[in-house]
Amino acid sequence: MLLSSRSELRTLLIFAAVVLMMPIWLLPLGAAYPDLLQKFAIFGIFVIGYNLFFGLTGYLSFGHATFLGVGSYAAVWCFKLLTVNVLPAIVFGILVSGFFAAVIGFICLRRSGIYFSILTLALAQMCYSLAYSVLTPITNGETSLQMEAHDARLLDSWIAPHVGDGLPITHLFGIPMSGYPGFYFCAVILIISFWFSIRIFNSPFGLQLRAIKSNQERMQYSGYNTRIYLFSAFLISGMYAGLAGSLMAAIDPLAGAERMQWTASGEVVLMTILGGVGTLIGPMLGVGVIKYFENIFSSYNHDALLESFSFLPQPLAEALTFVVSPFVGEGWHLTLGILFMLVVIFLPGGIMEGVDRIRARFSRHKQPQQTEQTT
Amino acid sequence: MSDSASIIFNIDNVNKTFGGLQALSNVNLAVEEGQTRAIIGPNGAGKSTLLNVCVGRIAPDTGVVRFRGQSLTGRTPHDINQLGVARVFQTPEIFPDLSLLQNVMISAFSKRDGAFRFSPLKALKAERQLYEESMHYLEDLDIAEHAEQLAANLSRGDKRRLELAMCLVQHPRLLLLDEPTAGMSRHDTNRTIEILKKIKERGMTKIIIEHDMHVVFSLADRISVLAQGAIIAEGLPEEVRNNEKVQEAYLGGGQHD
Repeated sequence: MLLSSRSELRTLLIFAAVVLMMPIWLLPLGAAYPDLLQKFAIFGIFVIGYNLFFGLTGYLSFGHATFLGVGSYAAVWCFKLLTVNVLPAIVFGILVSGFFAAVIGFICLRRSGIYFSILTLALAQMCYSLAYSVLTPITNGETSLQMEAHDARLLDSWIAPHVGDGLPITHLFGIPMSGYPGFYFCAVILIISFWFSIRIFNSPFGLQLRAIKSNQERMQYSGYNTRIYLFSAFLISGMYAGLAGSLMAAIDPLAGAERMQWTASGEVVLMTILGGVGTLIGPMLGVGVIKYFENIFSSYNHDALLESFSFLPQPLAEALTFVVSPFVGEGWHLTLGILFMLVVIFLPGGIMEGVDRIRARFSRHKQPQQTEQTT
Repeated sequence: MSDSASIIFNIDNVNKTFGGLQALSNVNLAVEEGQTRAIIGPNGAGKSTLLNVCVGRIAPDTGVVRFRGQSLTGRTPHDINQLGVARVFQTPEIFPDLSLLQNVMISAFSKRDGAFRFSPLKALKAERQLYEESMHYLEDLDIAEHAEQLAANLSRGDKRRLELAMCLVQHPRLLLLDEPTAGMSRHDTNRTIEILKKIKERGMTKIIIEHDMHVVFSLADRISVLAQGAIIAEGLPEEVRNNEKVQEAYLGGGQHD
């Protein structure tokens, strides 16, 4: 139950190594290009934060994409008004989405269970509509908010006026935030985010959140003001989402309302459940699977399939292509849907439950040895 | 009854109706510090309703519940607990997804840190003192061997003991027990009586609702009898045992223990 700090450190080091070496070990899977790697890292942060709330307290929020979108808008405004250095933009994105999380959390946490979920969904759709149409002066509506040449950029123009006609690119003290540097920047933030999440999992606060999930009424009769606990967790996870949103903007300074749509909120729920709700690593496995499907499976088309089956006799290859093609390319959602159903039915605890089962099977083989040692 | 200075808990003229049913009518009760008060009565007499009024789960229609002179009316359950009132429920309320040790530690945290403390960076394992104390209470209740198991896997009797440990670790000034031995074997019941007697030596005030007369007469200093929402008798155990109204209420209600 009580993780020693040494094992905490070990988990963190392994995690850091795996994340930083993604460009190498994802090479054989065809996923080692910066765009996708950045997505892995950013959605990893988003889902860590989401899991801190949903995984620990059991409250299912259907509106977390709001904070992602708000983080993006805030970051782009920071680029437009202050500087194209990404650091202030990230801080600003976290703060603004934290404010939104505070307001939405305050309202929604008056109810629990399905009512809480519906309230978050309703408020998130409201925010989406505001961003899409009503608040066009701030969000630029359909066309998405982006940087323009005549933007003020007060801090930048004060230090060193931008010369040339092109748009300045976002950077971290001179390092441009695109391609691999952008990925490594996101990866470092992902590792820090993961560290914070380990600490929460192993803290009294984390235990208290899990106790709320287990039996909220007992918590109240044991002297806890559970609403403040839930509110804090909601706030933290909203700020995580804001961080992820501002990183999206840092990589590609563009913020659109579609980032806030309910499908985006649903995606993070899907990732968390697919990987394993309430586990440290699980949700990030969910990110890996879904983003991989979205980017790799969807790129397969009829011809690509025929080519990969070309080692077979032609009629067989064509037959196979006919069978497989609905599941790739445009149809990648179909494969994902089947996978999601299989996981939920056979592994209700997500991919992590599968991993645990395999581990248990191996340790069962080892057990006779252990008992020999102890006796 | 002695002078009011030592009265720790009192219920004044509490009424409660559900629909047309008078669940509690003009209930008065005063419990002295350190006393063990048993509340008995046939099924449906309003015993659990009374306890729910005490912990703020149900608001009374009229009347006041006071703990150490402070009104409990309108207070939230966590607030009442922070004042020093702990409760063992009729069906054990525990954290089934956590280990026994974690169950007890949660209770201990709220006693030490209050209703809310934001401690996301503190390591759970650094809480040595709380850990020792929680283990001590698990040992006291003979369930320490299961300390690392999930509470969901316990038998019903052990779940009750766990809940008792969770209450005791908070050193409450007033402990409310709703049928603490229901569903326990004779052996476990006797063990629970022993434990409750031990707490009594520490001067903890207790209110017990119980059907088992063996438990009631082993523990109670005074007994109040509730029938159809009203207190019909109150006194020392022997007085209540020989009270005609009480015998009638029990036999008339078809209940005999």
